[in-house]
Amino acid sequence: MALNTQPNLHEPGKRHFRAFSPGDDFYEALIETHRELTDEQSAMVNARLILLLANHIGDISVLREAMQIAREGA
Amino acid sequence: MLSTFQYPKFDYVRPPEIAEGRDGHCPVVIVGAGPVGLSAAIDLAQQGLRVLLLDNDDTVSIGSRGVCYAKRTLEVLDRLGCAEEMVQKGVSWNVGRTFFREEEVFNFNLCPEPDHHRPGMINLQQYYLEDDLIKRARLLPNLEIRFRNNVIGVTPDAEQATLRVETPDGAYTLSADWLIVADGARSPIRTMLGLDIDGKIFMDRFLIADVVMKADFPTERWFWFDPPFHRNQSVLLHRQADNVFRIDFQLGWNADPEEEKKPENVIPRIKAMLGDDREFELEWVSVYTFQCRRMNRFNHGRVLFVGDAAHQVSPFGARGANSGIQDTDNLVWKLKLVMDGKAPATLLDTYSDERCYAADENIMNSTRSTDFITPKSAVSKTFRNAVLGLAEQFPFARALVNSGRLSVPSFLADSRLNTADSDVFAGNMIPGAPMDDAPIATADGTQWLLGAVGNRFQLLHYVPDAGALDAASAQALRGLIDAPIAVEAIVVAERGTAPAGLTTLIDAKGRVRERYDLREGTSYLVRPDQHVAARWRALDLAQVRAAVARATCNA
Repeated sequence: MALNTQPNLHEPGKRHFRAFSPGDDFYEALIETHRELTDEQSAMVNARLILLLANHIGDISVLREAMQIAREGA
Repeated sequence: MLSTFQYPKFDYVRPPEIAEGRDGHCPVVIVGAGPVGLSAAIDLAQQGLRVLLLDNDDTVSIGSRGVCYAKRTLEVLDRLGCAEEMVQKGVSWNVGRTFFREEEVFNFNLCPEPDHHRPGMINLQQYYLEDDLIKRARLLPNLEIRFRNNVIGVTPDAEQATLRVETPDGAYTLSADWLIVADGARSPIRTMLGLDIDGKIFMDRFLIADVVMKADFPTERWFWFDPPFHRNQSVLLHRQADNVFRIDFQLGWNADPEEEKKPENVIPRIKAMLGDDREFELEWVSVYTFQCRRMNRFNHGRVLFVGDAAHQVSPFGARGANSGIQDTDNLVWKLKLVMDGKAPATLLDTYSDERCYAADENIMNSTRSTDFITPKSAVSKTFRNAVLGLAEQFPFARALVNSGRLSVPSFLADSRLNTADSDVFAGNMIPGAPMDDAPIATADGTQWLLGAVGNRFQLLHYVPDAGALDAASAQALRGLIDAPIAVEAIVVAERGTAPAGLTTLIDAKGRVRERYDLREGTSYLVRPDQHVAARWRALDLAQVRAAVARATCNA
């Protein structure tokens, strides 16, 4: 499976009437996860988050593709 | 500075209360003749009520201020009989460009869904909008506007609100059965009554400049994150009527508003942005900060708060005047029913509930935009810049770029005025939904669905051939008008003419059937503010009556 770069966010049981809502729901939750953390704590949260999500995705070829794109923009 | 607009000066007229040395009374008094107060006044006057609108000034909005008027607002203003002039004068745009540092990262075309009367939004200076509203208001004989009438005291009780009003000729006392407070964000009346409004202040300042461009410039919305000409801040450019362009510069909290407003400081900023060779003139400059906050409830006995007096949002997403006008859309039909004795005063609690819900949604959306545009922490800024960096190549990231979300109406899905579905429907026109527009044809020449509904309860009943409507259904539909709260029946059809006494609405392009998932017998009960109250797959008069009772707190 290739890396999906189309908008893909959704939430079971929640009805979105506007196309921008699921992405904005996620982004707010992401920033909220870092609220009142130091930069060092935030870096640790991000690392833990990536590890959790990588395991959830499972397919290492997808992860390699994402890691390569992420590194290109550093 | 240049002036593309001549500010009208409205005459102050000595109030009869002062001339005759007596107290005054009016069933409804509205304080504040901005877009929201004027909309409330026009709507109530159209409903046949006698209305008095007080304003402490004698002209329209100074400066362009609110410049984006969204589709739903235009639909409300259509119902008030004045959107056409605004749409003609205003600027419709579809293309938006987003820049990050030196590069354009992507552009979008709003490309509105076809077959709606009004565009997603228009850009129009607030003074034009107010001027058109005042012209409309002056055509209504039961609506009186008093300029330079400043409310200096208010005493509410269980039956009415008593005002003390100051004029150039002295003060007088005025009582109202109902007082609508539309006196803006600082709301002197809210303060006089000691009512709280809670929320947060955003620690940022923005410079807004209206400039008149001498040469052609595209009718597009341009948004810069961290541009080379204004490092670490954001800039927004969009067009209004008369070749006037609005430019917003984020300044940061430590900027000195008085210094920043000086033309010798503003002009270099604009030159850096436009390039030295482009000619422009400055028309208006202001520096603002903002808050996101709302009152706990909008109705306090006989005193009803609307617009900025009740709730404030950040300007990203144009949800100030737009949401205020939608407040009045929600309030006026309820107040009319209560004043006519056809609904209990608890119906006004649902004004507060429904519009608090909408205010929370507006605050949420505009706060999200603000947090994206002006990140509050290092990690938030890193994520923001990562999104912008990915946006050039990847559609998912474009969807996350939030430079302001178009102001759209709330779906009042949880309102207690709704009757829950008992049948299955596709699409979004659920109970509580703001109605979708669609092209139609009627005998009187109405071309849009939203032009045919509103101002009263109506039942839309669908059959393919209106001429083939069976006699029993026709009689049942006609009978809906004979009730304390009358319901006007409308037969929606592909063809034919309904039997005498019933209005026929031809679904010219099949969009009504598509958007409302209509099948033979499907019936929608819609509210006077063009929201769905209930719907069924078959017509049942008892269910319709029960839904009307529920939608008016008479259940």
